Amino acid sequence: MFSKKIFDHSKPFIFLLILFPSILWVYQFINGNLGVNPIERIMDEFGLMALRLIILTLVISSIAHIKAFKSITTFRRMIGLFAFYYVSLHFSTYIFLDHFLDLQFIIKDIIKRPFITFGFISFLFLIPLAVTSTNSMVKKLGFNLWKKLHYLIYPAAILSSMHFYMLVRANKSEPAIYMGIIILLLLYRVFKKITPRQLAR
Amino acid sequence: MKILSSEITPYKTYLNRRKFIKGSLASALLATVSFSAFANHDNDTSIYNKYLSENDKLNSYEEITTYNNFYEFGTHKKHPHLNSGNFNPNPWSIKIDGLVKKPQTFDLEKILSNVTIEDRVYRLRCVEAWSMVIPWQGFQLSELIKMAEPLSSAKYIQFVTVFRPEEMPGQNKRTIIWPYREGLRMDEAMNPLTILATGLYGHEMPNQNGAPIRLVVPWKYGFKSIKSIVEIRFLDKQPETSWETLAPWEYGFYANVNPGVDHPRWSQSTERRIGEFKRRETLMFNGYQEEVAHLYKDLDLKKFY
Repeated sequence: MFSKKIFDHSKPFIFLLILFPSILWVYQFINGNLGVNPIERIMDEFGLMALRLIILTLVISSIAHIKAFKSITTFRRMIGLFAFYYVSLHFSTYIFLDHFLDLQFIIKDIIKRPFITFGFISFLFLIPLAVTSTNSMVKKLGFNLWKKLHYLIYPAAILSSMHFYMLVRANKSEPAIYMGIIILLLLYRVFKKITPRQLAR
Repeated sequence: MKILSSEITPYKTYLNRRKFIKGSLASALLATVSFSAFANHDNDTSIYNKYLSENDKLNSYEEITTYNNFYEFGTHKKHPHLNSGNFNPNPWSIKIDGLVKKPQTFDLEKILSNVTIEDRVYRLRCVEAWSMVIPWQGFQLSELIKMAEPLSSAKYIQFVTVFRPEEMPGQNKRTIIWPYREGLRMDEAMNPLTILATGLYGHEMPNQNGAPIRLVVPWKYGFKSIKSIVEIRFLDKQPETSWETLAPWEYGFYANVNPGVDHPRWSQSTERRIGEFKRRETLMFNGYQEEVAHLYKDLDLKKFY
């Protein structure tokens, strides 16, 4: 129904769409239009965007099970790499702008604060996924090993949503919703795996 | 004592408000493109400079009124500014009850006619590790306590924020158990630094900052400085307070600014002063040690955070 061609043609458009917010926020940051606490604001925006993109890759994987949408996986790599791009911006903001490269403080912070520990581990998990995202890497590792490696997206997603959940002071509904979506998608994948194909269809 | 009678100045509200009205007219006439609702407030900030500590700089009216926590209007720091337009603080009265000679309700006007309004420029340190310097107008809480005539058995005071979910959209959500409550020990309440503020930058208290009357306790984290107060209770034991009830392992009754006692989820050793790029070291008692450290000489501040 939805041919690969349609998806392929919309790729550049989606690329720009996801790239655009980062350019806008940096532009606003430089021009002093990000409110009165711009460092906090840009860090939050980058982080939230990264989490949403991570979840989007999971949604794509699940939707791709439906035959008509199979070709949607063509976006997955790009969106996954964008998630890594936003996480990197988020992490760099924390290191350079929030703490001004005060490594002693940062290392203590990462070890001592569970929510920062979770965020940091999630970032570490995403590095091998980004590094092995090319076709040649899939070949090199072999598809099965590559696939197994990329299951790391699930713990990374759970840790990122916990990171968000734990930093909020009182209104935890938004992070709770993200957590719920991730858990549902994970359960769906597990269900798909253990249920014989014939029964599932 | 640094900030005392020598620094008392007359209330500048009427004066500044006139300026504001004039300013608004002028900008309305000049009209259009670059109109900013806040421009007028920055005209004469120099009158507050004499109260500033060496390393401090005033935050702007815009910063103070567009970025703060007031969960009654929503949990984001821009929500109080965006969602407080329907709040009507007039007329206002404060109910006084508990261990007092005679429980009674004071009209705000009556209270204001009995007190001396002063300028108080204080640092405000939020528990979330950001801070500002704010020129408040207000009067010492001790003056109202005298009017209330507490019994000698009163050892604590509890404050209660107004509950009006129809005007305060945040109160329709169960983020906090409404109404918001806070408390002080009697000696903290009587300390000359503790004020009830009715204005900032020479203006009546904006809705988003706790109109028409709020507490300001500058050596404690901002959440202690309860806003839009409608009731004050005198008690013989430590009152329940909102954040402590919600998460006692994170927020204590005392909530003194203390760089040595971290919030379980983040460090309190540094803070971002709004408007500054690099973080600052957080000062013990937010820099008011001289005035308040004696209150806690027998208290283990790690245990009673």
